[in-house]
Amino acid sequence: MTTPVPTTSARTAGDVASAPATAPPSGGASTRGAASRQPSTASRSGKGRAWLLAIPVPIAILILWTLGVQGEWILPFGIKMAFLPTPMDVGARLWDFAFGGIMNDAFSGTLWAHLWASTLRVLQGFGLATALAVPLGVVMGRSKTVFRMLEPTINLIRPIPVTAWAPLTLLIIGFGDRSTVFLVFLAAFFPLLLNTITGVQQVPERLLEASSMLGTPASQALYKVVLPAAIPSIVSGMRVALGLAWVILVVGETVGITTGLGAAITQAQEQSRTDLIIAGMIVIGLAGFAADRLLTLAVRLVVGRRPLAT
Amino acid sequence: MSMTPLDTAADGTVVLTHLGKHFPGAPLPAVTDVSLNIGSGEFVCIVGASGCGKSTVLRMVAGFEQATDGAAQVSGRDVSGPGPDRGVVFQDYGLFPWLTVTENIAYGPRQARLAKADVQDRTSRALESVGLTRVARSFPHQLSGGMQQRVAIARVLANRPAVMLMDEPFGALDALTRSGMQQELRRTHHEAGVTILFVTHSIEEAVFLADRVVVMAGGSSHGNSGHVREVVPITLGQDRDPASGEFNEIKRYINGLVHAGNAVPV
Repeated sequence: MTTPVPTTSARTAGDVASAPATAPPSGGASTRGAASRQPSTASRSGKGRAWLLAIPVPIAILILWTLGVQGEWILPFGIKMAFLPTPMDVGARLWDFAFGGIMNDAFSGTLWAHLWASTLRVLQGFGLATALAVPLGVVMGRSKTVFRMLEPTINLIRPIPVTAWAPLTLLIIGFGDRSTVFLVFLAAFFPLLLNTITGVQQVPERLLEASSMLGTPASQALYKVVLPAAIPSIVSGMRVALGLAWVILVVGETVGITTGLGAAITQAQEQSRTDLIIAGMIVIGLAGFAADRLLTLAVRLVVGRRPLAT
Repeated sequence: MSMTPLDTAADGTVVLTHLGKHFPGAPLPAVTDVSLNIGSGEFVCIVGASGCGKSTVLRMVAGFEQATDGAAQVSGRDVSGPGPDRGVVFQDYGLFPWLTVTENIAYGPRQARLAKADVQDRTSRALESVGLTRVARSFPHQLSGGMQQRVAIARVLANRPAVMLMDEPFGALDALTRSGMQQELRRTHHEAGVTILFVTHSIEEAVFLADRVVVMAGGSSHGNSGHVREVVPITLGQDRDPASGEFNEIKRYINGLVHAGNAVPV
């Protein structure tokens, strides 16, 4: 309900009202500025505390790990810690894997070649998946006919784990790069496709109405409204897809490939070199983490400070 | 500041002749036989209970809904779809979340392919007229509801429409913000000289704002179609005091029209 408003002359009220009318937004802006400054300082000290809290657990794990190896503990699942290298061994192996000079064996200083080969495969598979899944997802999200044509088939194929594709892939494509890239592509394709479809379907009808009443012809609504509105969804699909791409890489590189992180830990397994396996695992984990950060950074460079939350 | 439409042919008259809407599958038309002549620069409010079809009428004028009966004409032309001559302000704002306040407001002028300087000029004027210059670089989600609705109004004003269509624009705002926005809107209407068709369920709001109040009644919950019961001219002049006796007299009269004998169409 309207609150009673004592009006003087409407015309003067109109002119005078412009002053109080501008006041609330400016007040709002300054409180907003203060509000956004405060949490940032608060989160900085909070971040410091978070770091302090996060440190003891990994240190405890490293200590227990060392003790377990030395004491030849046997853990649940029959984990025989005597077969593990100590964290120090792994550290030394990791250094040697990257820079050489300690063990000086076939693996010394080869990390970068393996990492580069794996990164290329991830980029190819992921890039191909993005190039195909995003446009297809946009079409499926916009056209009910296309959606009804393809959705059942896609949901029949999707539940098949990509690891289950591996044996078939090796037979019909053959050992080598192309099999691995195909598996990475497959792993990245579905999360990207589904996220894009969802993002496009969930664009509020209201935004399309708003754009049309502001003069956007229906033919331009796709790139003026639908795509920008779906970007947050597409980006989260890309992040999931990129993570899965690194997961599947190890499977894809186990057979018939000599260079690559998955290949390296497969060879290490054949030679029962647990220190190298763990070093390889750590590198793959870090690579996946770095890839996600780089993707996020790249997205931020493109969208600037525009909100990415849906 | 002159905000008259550039297109002189777009005089902002709205003529509804026996306008009706029958949604597919519904047993009855949602709206039937709405006839109304709105003059250039007039401020008309539609009030009525939920389900009487007042928003449907507005959406037909906007071109979001196709009329199944009769016709809507704006500035002498038949409405066949949405267009920038009819700016719409929604209850839920409908701002583009990925655009800043400035970019939201510049959207229409850019869409009209105006020269860069003109886009800037119109955008900053619209920003100024709603008092949002300070938050020009913010994104909608960083603003309060009232400020977001100001952006939505500025976005429409920047397009210099002949008609502004407002669908319960202040319905989601708190009472204080709401009364402030109502006064601003009266000022904006006065300055821009734009025709306004304003849908609300608040009779007080309608009496405070409008030159004429269209009272609608009926709807599927009453077993008939939404229709116009009466058009009430508001003769309170420019200075309206919602606490005054004559204001409340009109309010009571319209309240009676909204609630009495809903079953029989007039």
